[in-house]
Amino acid sequence: MDNFLSVRDLRVHFPTPDGVVKATDGLSYDLAKGKTLGIVGESGSGKSVSSSAILGLHRGTSAQVSGQILLEGTDLLTITDEEMRLRRGREVAMIFQDPLSAMHPYYTVGNQIGEAYRVHHDVSKKAARARVIEMLELVGIPQPDRRVDDYPHQFSGGMRQRAMIAMALINDPGLVIADEPTTALDVTVQAQILDLLQKLQREFNTGIIIITHDLGVVAEMADDVLVMYAGKAVEYGPTKELLTHPEMPYTWGLLSSVPDLTADVEEKLVPIPGTPPSLLSPPSGCAFHPRCRYKDQVAGDLCVTQQPDLTPGTRGPGHLKRCHLTDPTVPNEEEVARS
Amino acid sequence: MWAYIVRRLFIGVALLLALTLVTFVLFFASPVDPARYACGKNCSEDQRDQARAALGYDKPVYEQWGLFMKGIVAGRDFPADEELRAAAPEVVTHCAAPCLGYSHLNSSTVNDLVVDAAPVSISLALVALVMWLVGGVLFGILAAVFKGSFIDRGIVGLTLVAYAFPTFFIAVFFLKYLAVKWELWPYPTYISLEDGGLASWLGNLIIPSFTLALVFMAGYVRMTRAFMLESMTEDYIRTAKSKGLKQRTVLFKHGLRAALTPLVTMTGLDFATLLGGAIITESVFAYPGLGLLTVQASEAWDLPTVIGVVVLAGAFVILMNIIVDISYAFIDPRVRLG
Repeated sequence: MDNFLSVRDLRVHFPTPDGVVKATDGLSYDLAKGKTLGIVGESGSGKSVSSSAILGLHRGTSAQVSGQILLEGTDLLTITDEEMRLRRGREVAMIFQDPLSAMHPYYTVGNQIGEAYRVHHDVSKKAARARVIEMLELVGIPQPDRRVDDYPHQFSGGMRQRAMIAMALINDPGLVIADEPTTALDVTVQAQILDLLQKLQREFNTGIIIITHDLGVVAEMADDVLVMYAGKAVEYGPTKELLTHPEMPYTWGLLSSVPDLTADVEEKLVPIPGTPPSLLSPPSGCAFHPRCRYKDQVAGDLCVTQQPDLTPGTRGPGHLKRCHLTDPTVPNEEEVARS
Repeated sequence: MWAYIVRRLFIGVALLLALTLVTFVLFFASPVDPARYACGKNCSEDQRDQARAALGYDKPVYEQWGLFMKGIVAGRDFPADEELRAAAPEVVTHCAAPCLGYSHLNSSTVNDLVVDAAPVSISLALVALVMWLVGGVLFGILAAVFKGSFIDRGIVGLTLVAYAFPTFFIAVFFLKYLAVKWELWPYPTYISLEDGGLASWLGNLIIPSFTLALVFMAGYVRMTRAFMLESMTEDYIRTAKSKGLKQRTVLFKHGLRAALTPLVTMTGLDFATLLGGAIITESVFAYPGLGLLTVQASEAWDLPTVIGVVVLAGAFVILMNIIVDISYAFIDPRVRLG
């Protein structure tokens, strides 16, 4: 299939005095135009780091980036800094988690959005302003011709995120990376923002990578899901299949730690024990084995000694998992499926 | 906004009142008799008492303070003692409000002394301010942009040198080598704007102001560098980069803009302090500013002059504080519209 974005064996390593931190270690995925990929994982699993690499935000730092990031056939890792800069905002745009800190406190919202437009379009300030007002209207800001001169702190949290979306979409980029776009917002506002993103995606035919630790967001938005653990993909596949029939204990764990409103009050959440591993010295074998409750079901100490490959799962084409378990059915499937 | 300014001005006046009171009390807590200084060494008991009365030192402290405050508000006549004034009306000097006092040592009102000395200090401070701001901010940005490189290390190293040498050493060093030994620059003497015009005023200020500016410049290099590096790690810098903005725009429009805000505060306060006189620099270069006036007055126990300069310097600092706070409303929209 002809993909808009293809990431192949992406590695982002940070040399530190204590050793190399492998924040992203051999990540591959595809995204078609107009589709949505959800990247899920705990804090520090390499979700944001791998996506920053698409924008080339690691350039000029000590990070070592290797692999391929093919955007419409062009490898973003081999082009010059200036070529990369011209693609930022125009072909790939980003929506950040906390819109208050992601916007400059000293410039008006209109100035900051207009700046994104003017850097890629040779237009007058007046024309850019008209375009900004048009975008603000599109993302649902009331009285956009007046609010355009407001400062970020005069906007509510939801409005700020709408403005960030306007900023990201003003150049009609083919790919938008949304890094936890709803985490800093009220629950009621979260749904509005997700609806808005979906509406605009249909309108502009934008490919979206949505980074989140919220499986609810994934279920709502994503066509495909990539579950990351310790810098690697541990399960990858179509959202519907993956959320109902996961085949990797970490994905089970993620699903069963989500509260279910329809469940019995008596029913307890099942958290994943332990903490995310150090990326400086990841565990031997399968990185998840110290927290895995099912490693006894694998013959010998395979989980401790050998890292499992990403192999095809049972849920049809495009489903991949990284696990030694031979019987990939969830022990308490019912519980997981309900969430 | 206006209510805020008025409130701040009231607090400022209250602070000044407290400042004069503390200065008065401190002076009288010392074992030295200022009347003896005023009268001279070979002075009889009677003459000393007369001097004390003329200076007003025979009255209790609070009464002297009251007279001083009255002078500020309404002006007053000297000598301080009514009988002395009645006995010799021809020597009475009127000091109009706001009267800072009368210096017997200089046989002139403190106001006249200050009016002569303040332009010197203000000139020094002004030229120094321009120097340290331009140099400090420029080198600070340079160091931040090339963080970790030899440029950064060189600049930071030089600021350490500027910090390490005391001002009196640098002042004497410049005088000896630039002005005397190598004759690269004429020996600096203060020439006012009215007397010598811009070129001669500025030319004579270069060396003393640079001496004064050097240590501030070192501080501002380091602060600009630190604020700049801090602001470059902010989320909005990542946003600016991901919009595809040029590195230059990211650095100056987004990074520097945020870094400049704290610098405004420091600049205002440092400048205000210098307006009250640069004691060491003025002393070494013999520039007759408020600093030199203070030194001479303290040595001679010339209480009225010291109090006058202290009040003036205090007023500068308090006023500049208010100006800085108000300017924040213009710099930071969160303050203006918050």
